[in-house]
Amino acid sequence: MRSGRRGDQLGLRNALSDRLLPVLVAAMSFLAALAIAGTLAAAGLADAWQGDTQAALTVQVPNPQGAAAAGGGSRVGAVLAMLQAAPGVADAELISAAAVNRLLTPWLGTDVAGLALPLPAVITAEWTGSGTAQGLQAELQKISPGTLLASGADWAGRVAALTTSLQACAAAVLLIVALVAAAVVAVATRSGLAQRREAVEIIHGLGALDADIADRFAARAMVLTVSGAIVGALLALPVLLWLAALAAPFAGAARSARPGLPAALWVALPALPLAAAIIGWGTAQITVRGWLRRLA
Amino acid sequence: MVRFDDVWLHYDPQGPADDFTPDVLREVSFTIPEGGFRWLTGPSGAGKTSLLKLIYLAAHPSRGRIDILGTDAARISRRDAAFLRRRIGVVYQDFRLLGHLSAFDNVALPMRLARRSEAQIHADVAEILRWVGLAGKLEARPAELSGGEQQRVAIARAVVGRPKLLVADEPTGNLDDEQAERLMMLITALNRLGTTVVVATHNLGLVARYPAPRLDMADGRIMTMDRAHA
Repeated sequence: MRSGRRGDQLGLRNALSDRLLPVLVAAMSFLAALAIAGTLAAAGLADAWQGDTQAALTVQVPNPQGAAAAGGGSRVGAVLAMLQAAPGVADAELISAAAVNRLLTPWLGTDVAGLALPLPAVITAEWTGSGTAQGLQAELQKISPGTLLASGADWAGRVAALTTSLQACAAAVLLIVALVAAAVVAVATRSGLAQRREAVEIIHGLGALDADIADRFAARAMVLTVSGAIVGALLALPVLLWLAALAAPFAGAARSARPGLPAALWVALPALPLAAAIIGWGTAQITVRGWLRRLA
Repeated sequence: MVRFDDVWLHYDPQGPADDFTPDVLREVSFTIPEGGFRWLTGPSGAGKTSLLKLIYLAAHPSRGRIDILGTDAARISRRDAAFLRRRIGVVYQDFRLLGHLSAFDNVALPMRLARRSEAQIHADVAEILRWVGLAGKLEARPAELSGGEQQRVAIARAVVGRPKLLVADEPTGNLDDEQAERLMMLITALNRLGTTVVVATHNLGLVARYPAPRLDMADGRIMTMDRAHA
């Protein structure tokens, strides 16, 4: 019985709340898990989208059946032949008029052909060359003036910017969560100090070092924050698995039988209690040592 | 050795003494040699407790120099001050026991802070609690003890580490005559073994039964130094 109390000379089991602090830290840990998952998901989706779109080329040929300016035949035929022969261009393929009409149906209705609009022909291809595909534009203009070349690299750049922004937001959320967690620990520690003020003063008067007292508070704060962080991370796990299943088609994993969490997230989730331990220990140390300065 | 040299104290370190925070100690100078014994007497409010706080490093003087056990108390680091406190036993007027700990654990506190072995702690604490008549109440918490018993636990805690300096503020206030005599026997025994002792008391009968130099205080000053040892 004596040895059991020896480790709690300041009575911190009662003074440092064993309910509120872990609950609040669990909420912070839950939010941190979502923020980390958001960061990783944004990066994953960006990789998938960039991989698919960066190499894509889309060529629009207005007045496709008109005579080509060079090379003879129709404009669309000349452009398609040029693309199929061009180095660095693969899988050049003319999209059928029916397929183009289907793509336009959301904007023009189901009877796109009946509108008799002068729609351009659309050719898709994959850019396999080095650098950008913009060098093709001049060649296309010679064969078929007015032909437009759209490179997926332009979209990839925008996706990269969006991803970076999302990751910055997630990092900001993580920082805020860490600061709020530290503030919660500081408030709980100050509350504990207020409750155990007399005990702290007695121990201090008997010759305890500041480190002796701060270590006791920090150890207690660490136990509570780690337990809260574990609960928060465990509660986040099913939510993250559900979100991963929802996001799987966008991440190119639609064909996967069991979409799961990114490997990095399996490392990050166990790191949450470790981060909570550092925040709990460090914040309690700073708070207690600062408070002890008022004692002689 | 304890030496005060023109020591002043007021409790607002940010400003000078005034009507609201007057000096509680003024021009206090005295010396207690190593192994000496001093009674500290005077009416309530004379400044006895404040003077004791300076001795056991619970306050800093506003002016003047204090040497405690050969160390300048004003120039000591926080860490060294903690180690110096471990050499000072204090019996507080209000006992200052930790309510969630047993009598045994309260008395063991200074030894545990000093990282003594558990075997030594068990032997020394049990012995001192037996000496103050609490052998049967090792596991009792302060709330389960009478005022006199709590005071004996506080006394046991102050002396268990065999301090070089013992400071006691009204240590016999809650004790019956027999317990007070036993306490004074313990304090004088420690004093004979070399512990410097300062005891604040209103009990002039006790002072008469245990003759020793006396620092008599009034209005924050040392008024008389019986058997001049200043």
